[in-house]
Amino acid sequence: MAEERSRSYQIDLGNLMAYDPSHHFDSIPSSREELIMVCLQKGTELVQEIANALFSLPSTEDPDGPIIKLPPPTTKLPREKHLPKPKPLTKWELFAQMKGIKKHKKNKRVWDEQTGTWKRTHGYDRANDDKDIPIIEAKPTDEPGEDPFAKRKAEKKQRVDKQEKNRLENLKKAAKVGALPSHIQLAATALPVTGTQKEAPKKASKEDLENVAGFAATATASGGKFDKKLPGEKPPKHTGKYRKFLPVVEGKGMGAQEKQQTEKILNQLLAKSSHEILDVNKAVTMFNVKKEKQRKKEKETSSSTPSKLKTKKKPLKSSSKKPVKKSSKTKH
Amino acid sequence: MQIKTPKTHRGKRELEKRAPKLVENGKKTLILHGTKTSAVLNTVLTEIYHLKRGSAIKYSKKNDNIRPFESGGETSLEFFSLKTDCSLFVFGSHSKKRPNNLVLGRTYDNHIYDLVEVGVDNFRSMESFVYDKKLTPKIGTKPFFAFIGDNFESSEELKHLKEVLLDLFRGEVVENLNLAGVDRVFMCTALSSTTVFMSHCALRLKRSGTSVPRMELVEVGPSMDLVVRRHRLPNESLKKEAMKAAPDQPKKIKNVTSDVVQGKVGTIYIPDQQVGGMPLSNKVRGLKRERRVAKKNNSGGEDQSKKRKANPE
Repeated sequence: MAEERSRSYQIDLGNLMAYDPSHHFDSIPSSREELIMVCLQKGTELVQEIANALFSLPSTEDPDGPIIKLPPPTTKLPREKHLPKPKPLTKWELFAQMKGIKKHKKNKRVWDEQTGTWKRTHGYDRANDDKDIPIIEAKPTDEPGEDPFAKRKAEKKQRVDKQEKNRLENLKKAAKVGALPSHIQLAATALPVTGTQKEAPKKASKEDLENVAGFAATATASGGKFDKKLPGEKPPKHTGKYRKFLPVVEGKGMGAQEKQQTEKILNQLLAKSSHEILDVNKAVTMFNVKKEKQRKKEKETSSSTPSKLKTKKKPLKSSSKKPVKKSSKTKH
Repeated sequence: MQIKTPKTHRGKRELEKRAPKLVENGKKTLILHGTKTSAVLNTVLTEIYHLKRGSAIKYSKKNDNIRPFESGGETSLEFFSLKTDCSLFVFGSHSKKRPNNLVLGRTYDNHIYDLVEVGVDNFRSMESFVYDKKLTPKIGTKPFFAFIGDNFESSEELKHLKEVLLDLFRGEVVENLNLAGVDRVFMCTALSSTTVFMSHCALRLKRSGTSVPRMELVEVGPSMDLVVRRHRLPNESLKKEAMKAAPDQPKKIKNVTSDVVQGKVGTIYIPDQQVGGMPLSNKVRGLKRERRVAKKNNSGGEDQSKKRKANPE
């Protein structure tokens, strides 16, 4: 009996969870104590079931107690955040891949020819540093009045700036995919403030200019009605009001229109939402009348009543009806 | 654009903790309440906080613009979830229409994933239970779960509630478990299709003569009835995305072996070419001519048949 029961339990050992889908309360016990007693009893059974599975797993002894290895949970629960997205390759990495360039590790220490010692490859006090060269020999191509030291410094700065720019581009590309490293944020430096930026203003398009001219022309009390027109000026595109308000006060003409409008909307709404408003009797009679009419029409067309109808029609359109008559004869 | 990086290593570590990972760390819980709460609800929230201590954050100010089920009412909740890095939340509110209301919910990528609203009935706090204090569960131990009742399967709401309760209280997913540290159970019994009796019990391990100890449950509280009111399941696409598991080992590569002399060696299998069943294209010249000839021969006969049909008029 106990075995049969245990089979019906669902046990998720990874979450230490047991579920009994077979139990059902036919009638909930009236008193709270009784209910809790039943629940505790049932719960104990389930917990014992988990413990049976748990304590039978192989364990390793530890000073704090026996340690077991839990299987992964079987109940699937949603993730907290999306899976990390793969970082896209940088422009250089793409290029290197295309050309088959491989990365080689450099030694940390390099032989420095200037001093004849081993020095760091990068960083402070590094080997073969341009900065350490105290004398630059003049060349015939040198321009007079140019400081070769300053030039070297500027070139170095340029290279560093370029690298920084490339880095930003690569990060922007990564941000687009959502694969920005977690500790990096890309932030807008500053919002452009009008008047502060030196760059030339964007050339205004024809449309913009027209719009501005239109605004200016109509920005008078009369809406530009009495102003002198400039040569070649077109009339404003949109004249008149944008929105028409109907008078609320009831009366003839417009007043009734407002009422009509709202009534129309209300009728539409009511007709859609409720069928109680439908007068069934009226609808049935209407339907019947319509049917009757249709039947009559059909009778008229099908039963050939040549004697009365055609005699009437003949004098009206004698010439045009001729072919029709013929066809009708051939049918019979 | 400017590249912003943390100024300190500590800041960097903090950001890395919050980044999406292949194997995630345990979910944190945010506990907060609306404009109005009741005494019962206050205790419920505090005790949930006690149960979850170490992986929960409790807000004590009232929040007047959180309405998880309404559109626009979740913005500040989502912001708090982002700010505190919590992906579970328990939101308490008390109103005439919905007294002692608890909204349990989860977020995915700092956006609301699903929601269950429950009413709290017959609440008994931890303090009202009398038991041997030696049995008191320790903070942060891995709890057992016992779900009882067929309604957890048949009723849509309870099925959902079961999942949310499991996610809320299970703590971190662990690989190694110390058997000396198992000391608590969450017991949930379905009383009807919307009501669940939930109780927190301590475990007493007794000698049974075998290697498996005999388990005994001692109610330590809190215990309460949860009546499901509203619930919102995640939409299918979101669910599919959230359920994505981390890819296991890379797929086994077939038919590639490494040889000492030859290096990488691949085996290619080519199925037999089936000439008989091959479809021939219409552009075969010979066929074309044949068809042309056939058409020529047929054309005279066809014309006649057409004429025959037209004749009776």
